[in-house]
Parts: sequence; C-alpha cells; structure tokens
Amino acid sequence: MTITIINSPVTVERAQSVARQDLHTEPWLVRGIIIGVAVMFLTVFVVLPLILVFSEALSKGVGFYLAALADSEALSAIWLTLITAVISVSLNLVFGVAAAWAVAKFEFRGKTLLVTLIDLPFSVSPVISGLVFVLLFGAQGFFGPWLMSHGINILFAVPAIVLATTFVTFPFVARELIPLMQEQGSQEEEAAISLGASGWRTFVVVTLPNIKWGLLYGVLLCNARAMGEFGAVSVVSGHIRGETNTMPLLVEILYNEYQLVASFAIASLLALLALLTLIAKTILEGQIEEGQLPRDD
Amino acid sequence: MSAAPKRSALPGFGLSMGLTLTWLSLLILIPLAGLFVKTADLSLSQFLDTVTSNRTLHALRISFGLAFAAAVVNLVAGLIIVWALVRYRFPGRRLFDAIVDIPFALPTAVAGIALTTLFAQNGWLGAPLASLGIKVAFTPLGIFLAMVFIGIPFVVRTVQPVLIDLDVEIEEAAACLGASRWQTITRVIIPSLTPAILTGFALAFARAVGEYGSVIFIAGNLPNVSEIAPLLIVIRLSEFRYADATAIAVVMLVFSFLIIFLLNRLQRWAQTRALAVS
Repeated sequence: MTITIINSPVTVERAQSVARQDLHTEPWLVRGIIIGVAVMFLTVFVVLPLILVFSEALSKGVGFYLAALADSEALSAIWLTLITAVISVSLNLVFGVAAAWAVAKFEFRGKTLLVTLIDLPFSVSPVISGLVFVLLFGAQGFFGPWLMSHGINILFAVPAIVLATTFVTFPFVARELIPLMQEQGSQEEEAAISLGASGWRTFVVVTLPNIKWGLLYGVLLCNARAMGEFGAVSVVSGHIRGETNTMPLLVEILYNEYQLVASFAIASLLALLALLTLIAKTILEGQIEEGQLPRDD
Repeated sequence: MSAAPKRSALPGFGLSMGLTLTWLSLLILIPLAGLFVKTADLSLSQFLDTVTSNRTLHALRISFGLAFAAAVVNLVAGLIIVWALVRYRFPGRRLFDAIVDIPFALPTAVAGIALTTLFAQNGWLGAPLASLGIKVAFTPLGIFLAMVFIGIPFVVRTVQPVLIDLDVEIEEAAACLGASRWQTITRVIIPSLTPAILTGFALAFARAVGEYGSVIFIAGNLPNVSEIAPLLIVIRLSEFRYADATAIAVVMLVFSFLIIFLLNRLQRWAQTRALAVS
C-alpha cells in the first residue's frame, strides 16, 4: 500500500514538503505568539495581583506590618481560622476516607449518583452554602426558636462557621482518594484479608501506606480552602469583632475601613498559605506519580 | 444505593457506606432540601414577583451573562496556556505551570482586594487603562475580569492531562496523509480534547456564577448596574427577607444544575464522537 502512495507524483511532493518541516510543531513565529500570550495572561491576572498583596502589606515598613499582625483582633481572627480549619478538615478526612472506601472497593447501584452528590458543594455558590445554615438555625429558621429557648448559639457563632466551612470543603478529600483507590484496585487488601488480617488492620497496614500521599494532598487542598473561605462564612458569622471574624472576614472589614496596610497584611498571610500549599502540592504530585510508577509498568 | 455489594471479599461496606450516607445527608442534603422547603413559605405569585422583579432579574443576568463571557475567555486563554505549557519549552515554564493554580488556592477575599487595587483608577493597571478612557474597577467590566481570574485553572487543568496523553503518532499520521498543521489541529487534536474542554468550561462557568468574594470588592455593587445575584441574596438576608433570599438562591441553583446537566450531556456526546474519530 505504501508503494502505491509513493508512486503518485503529487503525494511524493507533498510528503517531501511535510518531511522538511517538523511534523508536530508550529512555525517559530506562531510558537512565540502563543508563549507570549500565555505568559502575558498569567502575568497580568496571577503574578501582578500576588506581588501587589505583598508590596501593599509592606508599603509602610516591616514594623507597621508586624504591628498589624500582632493586633488583638488579628490574633483572634487567626486563632478562629486555625480552629475552624482543624475541625472541618478532620471531619472531612474521616468522611473522605469512608466515602472512598465504599465507592472504590465495592460495586453497588447508584454509585454515579453518590459521586455526583459528593461533588455537589462545588457547584453551589458559597453564599447559598451559608444561607442553608441560616435557614436551619436562624431566628426564623427551622430549629431557631427551639435553639433560642434552650440558650444554644449556633448561628453567628463558631458552630455555624465550622458547619459552613465543612459544607464548602466537603468534596476535597473524597475526590482525591476515589480515583486513586479505584486505580489501585483491591487485590492487596483481599490478599491481606485471606491471610487472616482484620479489616481495620488491613486498612492501616495495606491501604493507608498506598494512599498516604493522595490523602495528604486532599487534606492540603481542603485546608487551604477551609482557611480561606469567605462567602459562606460571611453569611453565617455575624461579624462580631474579636469573636466571629475569621482572617478573610477581617481582611474585608479592614479594607472597608480604609485600613489598607493592615488589611493587606492579613491578606499576605493568606497568600503565603496559598503559596506554601501550592509548593507542597507540587512536591506531593511528584510523590504520587513515583508511587504509581511501578504499577504503570 | 443500599443494594448489597457484589460478593466482595473486603469488609467495611456497611460501616463506610453508612458513615458516608449519614454525613452526606446531615451536612449537604438536608440543608439543601431546607432551601426548597423554605421557598414554600411564599405563594407562587409571591415567588414569581420576587424572582421577576427588575432588581433580581438584573442581578441574575449580570451573574449568568458575565460568568458565561468569562468562561468563554477562560476557554480560549486556557487552550493557549495549556498548549504553551505542554508543547513548548521556554524559560520559566515550570513556574508558570505551578502558578496556574493560584486563583484556586488564593482566598477569594484576598484576590478581591488585590484585583480591585490593581485595576483601581490609580492602580498599576487601572491608571494606564484609565488614561485610555477604560474604567475597570466598580463597573461590570471589573466583575468580568474577576470572574476571568477565578476561572483560569479549570480549562487548563482539565485539558492538560488529555493533551499530554494524546498520541503524537496520530498527528504524524495526519501530517503524512497530507493534512496541513491547521487541519491537524482543528480536525484531529481539538475533537479529542473537546470533552475535557467542555468539562473545564462547565466548571469555570459554575464557579463564576456563584462567585462572591473576589467579585464584590471590584464590582461597585450598584443595584441594576453592577450587582451580582449572590450579593443580592446577602442583602435580602441582612434585611431579614429570608424568603426572598431563598427564592433567588433556588433560581440560581436550578439554573446552575440545568446548565451543568446540559454540558454533561454535550460532553458525553463529544466523547462518543471523539472515540469515533480515533
């Protein structure tokens, strides 16, 4: 068949002209333009805003910057943010592992529906994620009157902040683990069980080492979102100064009061968290790939 | 969903499934159902009045319209970025690859104040733009740019793995059969990327529709001009008009789900078509 093609004079000419250029790349001018546009776009939209955060935060000197961070309101916001993140990340860690075990190791009807439902919070506006808890626990909400008569504060207090954050970060751990565990299959676990290991022991000794990097990856992303969540927390927090303001909420308050340097100082901590998360994520991606290599071969 | 697993040797189905369903119901499904129950407080005509009031319609149009436009920009820019990152070698490529995720990792309030300061009339980019007569901050254009910002990672990250895995031999085959480079790209490469492109587009769109933190600072928030739907929900809540807030939220949710459902169908269609091509 190749012989017939080459025999046609038109195709020979064409094949030669194709052979002269590289088969799978573009002329250098096109390459230059594509790289230029990509770099320009990312610089304007990502690099500049990031540099701006740090330059504004330090615009009145390091002393002013540190003073802004040591302010009592700032400290209480940092504390609340840390507590909220620890609680909601732990909750979603337990849920994520349970969901991934059920979805990846077993076959059952409605699996696609379950996975879609787990991803649901990603397509819900953060404001609506907060609103649902106002409707449950607010004064006009379903449980509001009962809670009030028993003196229990959920809305405009720490519990609602934790709930809203957990809602928003719900899918992170599960959606990292499900594809990873599906790919790994369950032969290793089945071998351990058939050799007499208990279910829990199998999980700790066999499964956990296999998924540790993916798990850490999910936790990192979950934590970054938990500490940075704004919309949902803003709706349920009540903005009580020194009590229910997380770091992102304090950023907004200070910005609206034209305390720009203080606002950007808090913002720079959050930006630093984002940068560290990305660095750790890049390292972990290498680890996950390495862990999978022997399987791929 | 509670059907027994097909003969698995592994234990823990009951426990893990029970935990998953309980947690999912308590935290996600029951609260979301409450939203729909709450709208029942309104009669149908009250619901329609709220939803079709000028201010609500305008806010919905701003949120959905600008989110769509931003997702289109994300699609085009995302393809250019992903092509440069995967197919070319240039200094700083790994760095640029890593920073694509920044809009995803940076807290929205931080992005909001940074973009506002950047595009304000005395800002680094706002000042030169203002001298050209273009006002960005506190206008719908500002909302649009903030939505473009938060949508950057989606198309890039969904298309990237597919483009990396794409077999170069197919391109060589197309070229050997006489296809021009442009024909190879539009007839061979793009069709195999289409499902991933649509997924990225849907994700960017859904994110931009509901976006609050990075938008409200730069938006200006003028009713009927630059007010997004999530902000109107917050305003109604602060006025204790819970039912109104809920009605807007329900419309947003239903619309978002419909659009995601449609795009999913489209994506499945593209997938079968891409398979047929290769």
